[in-house]
Amino acid sequence: MTGTDASPDALEARGVSLGYPRREVIEGLDLRIRRDSFTVLIGPNACGKSTALKGLARLIDPSRGSIVLNGHDIAHRRTRDVARELALLPQSPITPPSVTVGDLVARGRAPYQSLLRQYSRDDERIVRESLATTGTLDLIDRTVDELSGGQRQRVWISVVLAQQTGVLLLDEPTTYLDLAHQIEVLDLCARLHAEGRTLVVVLHDLTLAARYATDIVAFKAGRVVAQGAPAEVITAATVREVFGVECAVIADPHTGTPLVVPARPPHLGGETQPPAEPTHREDRSRS
Amino acid sequence: MSAARATVRLLGERVSFRVGRRLVATVGAVLLLLVVCAAIALYTGNSAISVDGVTAILLGDYAGSTSFEIYTVLDVRLPRMLAAVIAGGALGISGAIFQRLTDNPLGSPDLIGFTGGAATGALLVITTGGGLAVGTALGAFAGGVVAAAVILALAWRSGLEGYRLILVGIGVTAVLSAVRAYLLSRADLEDAQAGLRWLTGSLDGRDWGDVGIGAVACLMLVPATILAHRPLDRLAVGSELATAQGLTVSRWRIGIALIGTAWVGVAVVIAGPVAFVALAAPHILRSLTGGAGPLLLSSGLLGGLLLLLADLVGLRLFAPTQLPAGVVTAVVGGAYLLWILQRRRGRTMG
Amino acid sequence: MLLVSLVVLALLVVCSVMIGARPVAFDAVLQILTGSDDPRLRVDSVVIWTLRLPRTVLAIVVGAALGVAGALIQAVTRNPLADPGIIGVNAGAALLVVLAVSVFGWSGVLATTGAGMLGALAALLAVAVLSTRSRMSPLVLVLAGTALAAAVGGVTSGLLILDSGALDQVRFWTVGSLAGRDPELIWPSVALVTLAVLVGGAIAVRVNTLALGDEMAKSLGTSVARTRAIAVVVVAVLCGAATAAAGPIGFVGLAVPFAARLVAGLDTRWVILLSLSFGAVLLLAADVVGRVIAGSGELEAGIVVAAVGAPLFIALALRQRMERL
Repeated sequence: MTGTDASPDALEARGVSLGYPRREVIEGLDLRIRRDSFTVLIGPNACGKSTALKGLARLIDPSRGSIVLNGHDIAHRRTRDVARELALLPQSPITPPSVTVGDLVARGRAPYQSLLRQYSRDDERIVRESLATTGTLDLIDRTVDELSGGQRQRVWISVVLAQQTGVLLLDEPTTYLDLAHQIEVLDLCARLHAEGRTLVVVLHDLTLAARYATDIVAFKAGRVVAQGAPAEVITAATVREVFGVECAVIADPHTGTPLVVPARPPHLGGETQPPAEPTHREDRSRS
Repeated sequence: MSAARATVRLLGERVSFRVGRRLVATVGAVLLLLVVCAAIALYTGNSAISVDGVTAILLGDYAGSTSFEIYTVLDVRLPRMLAAVIAGGALGISGAIFQRLTDNPLGSPDLIGFTGGAATGALLVITTGGGLAVGTALGAFAGGVVAAAVILALAWRSGLEGYRLILVGIGVTAVLSAVRAYLLSRADLEDAQAGLRWLTGSLDGRDWGDVGIGAVACLMLVPATILAHRPLDRLAVGSELATAQGLTVSRWRIGIALIGTAWVGVAVVIAGPVAFVALAAPHILRSLTGGAGPLLLSSGLLGGLLLLLADLVGLRLFAPTQLPAGVVTAVVGGAYLLWILQRRRGRTMG
Repeated sequence: MLLVSLVVLALLVVCSVMIGARPVAFDAVLQILTGSDDPRLRVDSVVIWTLRLPRTVLAIVVGAALGVAGALIQAVTRNPLADPGIIGVNAGAALLVVLAVSVFGWSGVLATTGAGMLGALAALLAVAVLSTRSRMSPLVLVLAGTALAAAVGGVTSGLLILDSGALDQVRFWTVGSLAGRDPELIWPSVALVTLAVLVGGAIAVRVNTLALGDEMAKSLGTSVARTRAIAVVVVAVLCGAATAAAGPIGFVGLAVPFAARLVAGLDTRWVILLSLSFGAVLLLAADVVGRVIAGSGELEAGIVVAAVGAPLFIALALRQRMERL
C-alpha cells in the first residue's frame, strides 16, 4: 500500500501549474502532504482547491511541474499502479443506474482485477470489510438509488476504501449533507485516519475543519495562503484574507480548537463588511 | 454475494466473475426465441416445401428434393436468416456500446450520425451508377469511417464526453440527410428507388457473400468487444472516478467508439441502415434483466432476434407485398420510443 | 438591425429577380416592374412575373414562417436547440403530405398544405407533451425529436417504396426547394403565414414569461397551458404551410432565432420580429446562392441552408454547456 521510501511526505506537488484549456487555475503550486496527516483544504469557491485535488489525483495533467506520490513522479507510472496507492472520491460521482451497494463497492476493486480474474475471494472479502468499516454492510443488497444522502456518501467512501490505498482524497464529502450526517462522515474520516491512512479532504465548514484536521491548507486565487496546524491557520487574519469576512476566532468550548464566529451583521448594528481584499495583515485572533 | 448475482470461480482463483441470474435467464429465453424464429424463417415461405424436405436438405440429404427446393433453402432462406441475425446482432452491440459511451439511453448510433455516414456513402455509390453489391458495401464502409472520424474529431476536446458526441452527431446526421435527399433528387428514378429501398434497410436477396463478410467481421470484432466490456463497465461511475481507479479513460473511450463504429459498418453493409434495432435492443434487455452492466453481447443476441423478427413480419404480414425490414423496425421502433419517453416522464434523462 | 436586415432583404429581392438561368439586367427589371410592355422584354417579363417574383415571394414567406416558428418553439420549450427540422416537425408534415399524394391522390395546394399542417401539429404535440411534462433536458428533447423524425421518415420511405409515382413527385420536394411552384398557389400560404405570425406576435408577451419557468409565469398572470397551446398551433400552421410549400427545410428555425437573440437579447417580442426578417433574408439568400453556385442547374435552398446551419448547430451546441434557454 504505502511506498517503501522514507520520505516524510505521502504526496507532494512541485511547481505544479494546473488548469483547463486556455485557463490556468493554479500556477507554480508547491504543496506537501505529510504522511499520516489528515489534511483539509479550505478556501472560497473557485479558489482552486478542487483543481489542486484533481491534479494530485492525476485527473488533470499538470502543464508544468510534477506530482510525487510516495517518492515517485506519478507521470511516469501506470495509472493502474497509482490507483493502488491513491484513491479519490470526486465531488459528484455518477451512480450507475440500478446498481446495488455491493456491486458499486466491488467497482473499487477495479485496479486489482483483470479480464479473467473479475471477482476473487479476496475481492469479496475486501468489499465486505470496506462496507463494514463505514457501517453499511447491512445495505449490501439494496440499490444505491434508495439510500439516504448520508448512507450514500458512506457507501461511496466504501468504494474508495475497497481500493485499499494508503492515501485517500475526498472532494467535499460533506456537501449537501445535514449537520448530523456531516459529523457522521467526518467521524468516519477521523477513524480512517487513526487506522493509518493519509487523508486529503476539501471542506467548507472551517469550524469542522479545525476540529478534525491535523493540517490545514488555505487556498486563495490559485495559491496557498497559509498551511499548518489548525490553530496556526484558522485565525481572524487568515479568514479575512482568504474569505474577506470579518470574524472573531475563539476556542471551541468542547475541543479547544479554533471556532470561527462571524462579526455582528449590519442589521444588528455591526459595521459593514470591509473590502474583500484587505492589504494589511493584522492579527486579531483570540480576541 | 448478492442474491441477484452468482459468483463463478474456476481453476482455483485464476478465473472468477459474477453474473446476474436474471441475465442468464433472459439470455436463455432470447436464444430460445431466436431458434424458433430461425426455424420459422427456414421452414416457411412463398414456395411450399415440406417440413421433412427442409430438414433433409439442411442435414445434407438432397435425395428427395428438387434442385429448386435445395436452392430455396440453402441459398435463399438460410443466408437471409443468417444475414438478419448477424446484422441485427451488430446493431444491438453497437447500440449498447454507444448508449453506454454517451451515458444516454437514446445515444444510439443511428441517431448520432454513425449510421447516417454509412448510408450516405452507399447511396453515393448507388446513385452514381455503381449498383454492384461490392461497391455499395465499400461505399457504406468508407462513408461510415469518414463520418465517424468527423464526429469524433469534432466532439473531441481534451477528452470525449457523451453529450458532445450526441450533439455533434445530431448535427452531422442532419447534414447527411440533406445530402441524401439531394442525391435522391438528382438520380434516375430507378436508381432513386433502389437507393431509397436500400436506405430503409432490407434483407431482400442477401446471399452467402453477405454472410461471409459478416462472419469474418464477427471473428475480429467479438474478441475486441469482450475486451472492451470491462472498461466500458468501469466508465459508468464517471470519467473522474474511473481515472482515479486507474483506467486510462480517453484511450478506452476512443477505442470503444471505434469498435462500435465497426459494428455499425458491418450491419449497414449487410442490411442497410435499419432504424431502431440499435436503440431498442439494449434498452429492452436492460429492462428485462434490471442489469447495470454494459450487456454488449447479450444486446447483440437480442438485436439479431429483433431484426430476424422484423424481416419475417415484413415478408409475411402483407404477403405477397414485401415490406423491407427497415420499414417494420421504423414503425414499431418509433412507437416503442414514444412509449419509453412517456414512461420515463418525470425521471431525468441525460 | 431590423432596418439593416430589411435593406438587405430589398437588395436580395432585386438579386433574386435578376439572377437565374436567364439573367435579366437591372434596368430591364425596373422597366418590367413599372409596367413597361416593350416587346424586346416580353420573354423577360414572362420569366419575372410567372417565375422569379412568385419564387421570391415564396422564399420570403417560407423563410419568415420558419424563423418565427423556430423562435416560438425555442421559447416554449426553453431549448435553444429546438428547430422544426431537428425535432421532427417537418418530418411529420412531410409524412402527411406524402400520404395525401400517394394514398389519397390529392394534389391541390390546399390539400397538401392542410395535410402538412396536420402532420406538423401531430409531431409538435408529441414533442411538446414530452418536453413539458417530463422536464427533459435540451439534449434529450433533441434526441427524442431526431428519433421521432427517423421513425416518421421510415414510414414515409415505406410509402414511397410502394408507390414509385409518388416518389417521383415527392423526391424533389423533400430536398426543400423553391423552384417551379405555381404562382397562383402561393397566395393561400402567404395568407396563412401572415395570420399565424400576427397571432404569434400577439402572444409574445405571455410567451416571454414562460422563459422564467411555469411557476413564475403563472404568478405573473400568464395562463401557461393556454399560451403554450396557442403557440403550438401557431407553430404547426407556420411549419405546415412552409413545409407544404417548399418541402422540409431544416435549420432556418435554428439559426434565425439564434441570430435574433444575439441582437435582441431574450425579449421574445423582438426575437420574433427579427426572426421574421432574418428568416426571409436567410432563405432568399440561400435560394439565390443556390442558383449562382451550381452553374447551369441549381442547388436547392434546403441544401444550402443545411450546409450553413448544421455547422452552426454544432458550434452552438458545443459552445455552452447546454444551458436551458
